[in-house]
This record gives sequence, C-alpha cells and structure tokens, in this order.
Amino acid sequence: MTPAELVPVPYTWVLALSAILFAIGVVGVLLRRNGIAIFLSLEIMLNSANLAFVAFAYRFATGHVTAAAALDGQVFVFFVIAVAAAEAAVGLALFIALHRLKDSIDVDRANILRW
Amino acid sequence: MLGSLWLIPILCLAGAVLNLVLGALKAPKFLVTVVGVGSIGAATVATYGALWEYLHQPYVEIIERYFTWISAGEITVNASLQLDPLSAVMLAFVSFVGLLIHIYSVGYMHSESEAGYGRYFAYLNLFMFAMLLLVLGSNLPVLFVGWEGVGLCSYLLIGYYFEQPWCAAAGSKAFIVNRIGDLGFLLAIFATFAVFGTVEFNEVFAAAAGHPHQYEGAATMIALLLLVGAIGKSAQIPLYVWLPDAMAGPTPVSALIHAATMVTAGVYIVARCNVFFRLSPTAMVVVAIVGGVTAIFAATIALVQNDIKKVLAYSTVSQLGYMFLAAGVGAFTIAIFHVVTHAFFKACLFLGSGSVIHANSGEQDMTRMGGLRKYLPTTYWTFLVATLAIAGIPIFAGFFSKDEILARAFVAGATDLNGFGDVYRVLWYLALGGALLTAFYMFRAVYMTFHGSFRGGEEAEHHLHESPRSMTVPLIILGFLSVVGGSIGFPGQLFHKTGWNLIEDFLHPVILPLGDAHGAAAATENAVHAIGISTEWLLVAISIAVAVVGWLIARSFYIGKGAFALPRRLADRLPGFYRFLFNKYWIDEFYSALIVMPVHRFAVFLWRIVDELIIDTLFINSAAFTVELTGDLLRFIQTGNVRNYALAIAAAVLALAAVLW
Repeated sequence: MTPAELVPVPYTWVLALSAILFAIGVVGVLLRRNGIAIFLSLEIMLNSANLAFVAFAYRFATGHVTAAAALDGQVFVFFVIAVAAAEAAVGLALFIALHRLKDSIDVDRANILRW
Repeated sequence: MLGSLWLIPILCLAGAVLNLVLGALKAPKFLVTVVGVGSIGAATVATYGALWEYLHQPYVEIIERYFTWISAGEITVNASLQLDPLSAVMLAFVSFVGLLIHIYSVGYMHSESEAGYGRYFAYLNLFMFAMLLLVLGSNLPVLFVGWEGVGLCSYLLIGYYFEQPWCAAAGSKAFIVNRIGDLGFLLAIFATFAVFGTVEFNEVFAAAAGHPHQYEGAATMIALLLLVGAIGKSAQIPLYVWLPDAMAGPTPVSALIHAATMVTAGVYIVARCNVFFRLSPTAMVVVAIVGGVTAIFAATIALVQNDIKKVLAYSTVSQLGYMFLAAGVGAFTIAIFHVVTHAFFKACLFLGSGSVIHANSGEQDMTRMGGLRKYLPTTYWTFLVATLAIAGIPIFAGFFSKDEILARAFVAGATDLNGFGDVYRVLWYLALGGALLTAFYMFRAVYMTFHGSFRGGEEAEHHLHESPRSMTVPLIILGFLSVVGGSIGFPGQLFHKTGWNLIEDFLHPVILPLGDAHGAAAATENAVHAIGISTEWLLVAISIAVAVVGWLIARSFYIGKGAFALPRRLADRLPGFYRFLFNKYWIDEFYSALIVMPVHRFAVFLWRIVDELIIDTLFINSAAFTVELTGDLLRFIQTGNVRNYALAIAAAVLALAAVLW
C-alpha cells in the first residue's frame, strides 16, 4: 500500500475510546466491592486518561506547534504511569492490612468510620 | 533639706512597702512599729528641716522638677514638687499630726494580730505618702495622684475590719461617693489644660491672674468643677454621706484621715486655686452657700446622735463647712487657718474618743457611758480643752479661726460682696446658728461621756482604765496645741497691730494679685478693711456669746439633777422633728431610693435581661446551638461506606462538568 492509502485514525476516535474506557472504569469503581477489582477499574481510568493525552499530542503534533510542545502529552503519560505505580504500592499495602484485619477485602465491610 | 523634697513622701512610701512585707510575713509587732512610726518620724524630721531652711530664704516658691512624667503631643506633665507658703503650712501640720497619730496607733491597735497590725501601719504610711504628695504636688496631675491615693487609703482603712460586712460597705460607700467628686476634679484638669495649655500651678495662675477678663468664663467652669471634687473629698452637701459611715474604721484613722488631713484636701484645693475662684463671683458664692448650709445642716444632725464618733463625724462635716464658707467669702488664708486649728482640736477629740472607746471595750454609745472623768483624767482634760477649742471659747485655738470666719462672712454681707450681699448675710446667720449648735453638741458629748455617773453596768465599770502612755502623750500634745494653736492667727487688727497675724502674713503671697483690678477680686481684697474696729469687737462679743449660750444650754440639759429630763421632754414635745434629726433627715434613705435603688435595678436589668438573656442566650448560646444542629443533621452523610463517597465524588464531577459546559 502506498502512503496515500494509509488513512490515519482520526484523533476523535481515540478520544471516544478514552471516554468509553473512563466510563467503564468509573462504573467498575462504583459497582465492584472487591478491593482489587476497584483497583483495576482505577487503573483503567488512569490509562484512559493516558490515552487522551496521547491522542491530543498526536492531534497537536500535526499543527503549527513546536516539537517540544508536541511532546508534552507523551511525556505526561510517563508521569501518570509513575504515579500510578506508587499509588498501586500504597493501595495494595492498604488492602493487605485490611485483609489481615477483616479476613476480606470487601470494601463494604470496612465501614466503621462513620457517625 | 531643700532640694530633696522628694525625700519626704518617699520615706513614707518606703515605710508602707516595708510594712506590707512585714505584715505578710507576720513579723513581730515591734518591727512594724519601728518601721511605721520611724518612717513617719524621719519624714517629719525631713519636713521640718526643709521648712526651717525655707523660712530662712527669700523665695516665695521652690519648685523641684524630677523627670517628665507624661509627654504626649502637646501635653507635658512633670513629676515635680513645690514648696510655697500654702504647702508649707499644710506640710507642717500634716506630718506632725500624722506622726502623733502613728504613735497613738501603737497603743490603740496593740491587740490586733501581727498580720492586721502590719497591714494597718502599711496603709497608714501609704496614706501619709499620698497626703504629702497631694500637698507638695506642683501641678494638677501630681496633686491628683495624691488625691486618689488618699482616697484609696481611706477606703482601705475604713474597711480595715472587713470581716464585718457593714465596715466593708462603708469603705465602698466612701470610695464610690468620692468617685463622683473625682470626676469633677478630672474634668477640671482637662479643662485647665485645654484653656491654659499647661497644668503647672504657677504658670496657670500667672496667666489667669494676668488676664482676669479674658479668663473669667473659663475660671468659673474650672472652679465649679474643682468644687465638685472638693465637695466629694471634704464631705460637703450633697456628697457628705460617706463621712459619717467612715467611722467604721479604727478611731486613729478617723482622727487622721477623716478629721485632720484628708478631708481638708478639698479646702486645700480651693485655697490652692484661689485665683480661679476669685475670678468668678458665681463660683465664690456657690462655695460659700455649700459651706454655710453644710455647717448648720451637719450641726443639727450632731445634736441628737448618741454614738460618740458619729457626733464627731458630723461635727467634722460642719467644721469643713465653715472652711468652705471662709473660702467662699474670699478669706482663703482664714480657711487654711481653720484647717490647721481644726486638725489640732479635732484630732485631739477623735483620739480622746478613741481612748474612751478603748477603755469601754469598744462601746461607742454615749448613753452607756458617763462619769468617765474619774477613770480617764488625762483623756477628760484633753477632750475638754479640745471641746473648748471647737466651741469657740476665747484663747482656745478654734476661737480665733472661727471668729475670723464669722467676721469675714459678716463683712461679705455688709459690703455686698460681688452683689451677693443678701446671700452672704443669710449665710452669716446660718454660721452663727451653727456655732451655737457646735458649742451645744460638743458639751453635750463631754457631759454625757465624762460627767454624771457611769451607765454601762458594773462589769464594764470594772474594766475602765486610763489608756497607755503612747496614747495619752499624743493627746496631751494635741490638747496643748488646741490651746495655743490659735496664736498663729492672732487677730492683731483688733489691737491696731498688723503683723501679729502670722499665718495671714505668711500665706499672703499665695493670694496672687489680679491683673487689672477685677471687680470680684478687688471686692474680696478690700473687704477686710471695710468695717470699723468697734464693729469687729462687737462681732467677737457675739461669737463668744453664742458659744457660751450653747455651752450653758448643754450644761442645763445634761448635767446636775435634771440631767436628760429636759432633752427627753423636748424630744417628746417635738417627736417628728426629733425623729427627723435622729434619722439624719433620712438623706441616706432618700439617696437610696432616688439613686442607689434605680441604679441597682438598672444593674439587675443589665444582668438578667441584657447579659443573661440577650447576649448569653440569644447570641452566644444560639450560635453554638445552630452549629451543633447543623452538625447533627450533616453527619448522616458520613455513612462509612467507601462506595457512597465514590458515588458522591463521581456525581459531583458530573455536576461540575454540566455546569462548566
């Protein structure tokens, strides 16, 4: 195929995929009771955000902006991944502690901090 | 000693501080005595040293500036003391009488506890400090410090037996009533500064005397405000009510503070600021009216009192009235002369009454005394001498000063002083009536206490004893001064000898000549020479006659076979009038109903309604209750369920997105 036949994926499609993934993540966080499952849903939300970053970086790279600015979105993804890793470390430690206490990681059972 | 005038009050202050410590440590009474009497003794020596040098110098006034006390914008007040003839006279008798009364107190207070004894002498020394500061201050604010200081000590000493509620109440009463007067005094200081730009006596008086017409209005205002202060401090109508109650304090305190020294501060300030008063005919006549009316009013109450100290208290109010009358007719030097002689004989009377009370184990009711002459001979003779002096019997001290006051009041009426001649004539009659009553009630006290037979029961009679030496010696000295003290104001003009009247000549420089022969002032100055020698002799005869008549009436009422029968019949004949006098015209009840109770009710209103209901309940408690209620409702949001929080966050984000769309 010649380059002319390669039709680029419109960035709006990527954004739509990001939105769908985000919604799935939100629903997962709200509906699941298993702590690990909530955690996974959270990771989906984060990565949907990453996808949006990349999509915008792709979009703006084709315009009249400088190369450095075009890289901003790509670089930001690495930060998000780094923070997500740290968050995963803390989160998993919390669930281990919760499991030791309650023999379960059902978040509905961790409900004694209330009125 | 000149150049270190500060030493005189500071010695007393040092004694006060030291005694406060000694009292707190419950030190032996001997130490307290040494410090208390010693510090006043040293101050007295310092005083007389300074006076001795002062009398040998040509200066009229010596002003010592120590440091700038207040400096704010245009206001500058120096901490400075001044020695001039007026403060010299005051200083001389205040320190000396104060020393005598300190010595007397050693005997009178000997049965107090160590702590009480120390406290007593600390307060008494502090009083001397404040009084000497008052007398020596060279400007109004320094004087005011002393003025408030003596008021404070008066309060502390009236309430000395504060375990008894009525003593504490009497102290509070004195303090509060004096506050009313002090407000006037304070306003007078402000007014003086506003008008003259300075509060130094010599500068203010020089300015006022130099331009009488320019300052007449201001002088009237300042003089009347000062008079309000003087009325409070010197217990004149209408603020006299605290002084009779002040008798709740120990008797030497009554002698020192409430007879000889502090209460004369009002007369002192009027004499000190005589320039203001002389510039203002209105102020002069007001002073005279206050004095003359108080003189006879208090004397009528004293007629029927049975408490020996109450008689003396009303007598003090009455005599202070004479001093104001003297000032009001322009005889400022005579007013100070009467202050001095009064200090001698009234201190003697009070100390004598203290000796009587001491012998009677605290009994003050004269109807339970009688015949004490043979048990307390020294007390009797000194008391009698002082009575002769206050009654105005010739050669005794009070005769000279009181006769001069009466004469000057007559002159004021005869010469139609400042156009108020009618007023002054009436006041002369009142003063003459007061003199009659004075002689009567004082001899009544003497006869009821010392003559006849003892009425206090056998057991009390058994305890009667003459007081110790520390009490009788001051009595004898004061008794002696009550005899000869009048010689400093010998009326030389009666014998065509000017210069015999030492105190008048000495004090003359204090009465500044006024610039342009101002009407009011000129009248007072010329009034002295307005009547002839024969008229003056006639006035002397009248005042002697009045005193003797009062004495004779008392004699026929209270001594001999028909003792007490005549006064009792008189009381029965005029029951309403007797009760009127006996209950002191119901003035206390009147003030209570008119002022104290409404203020009390208003205070209760502020307490119950404004403070407790509006501020506490409506504002503070309701604010707290609102917060609590809100919290109670909102806390149900906190379910403890993590997914609820997550839902809330998600919903909020959605809502935010919808809003920002």
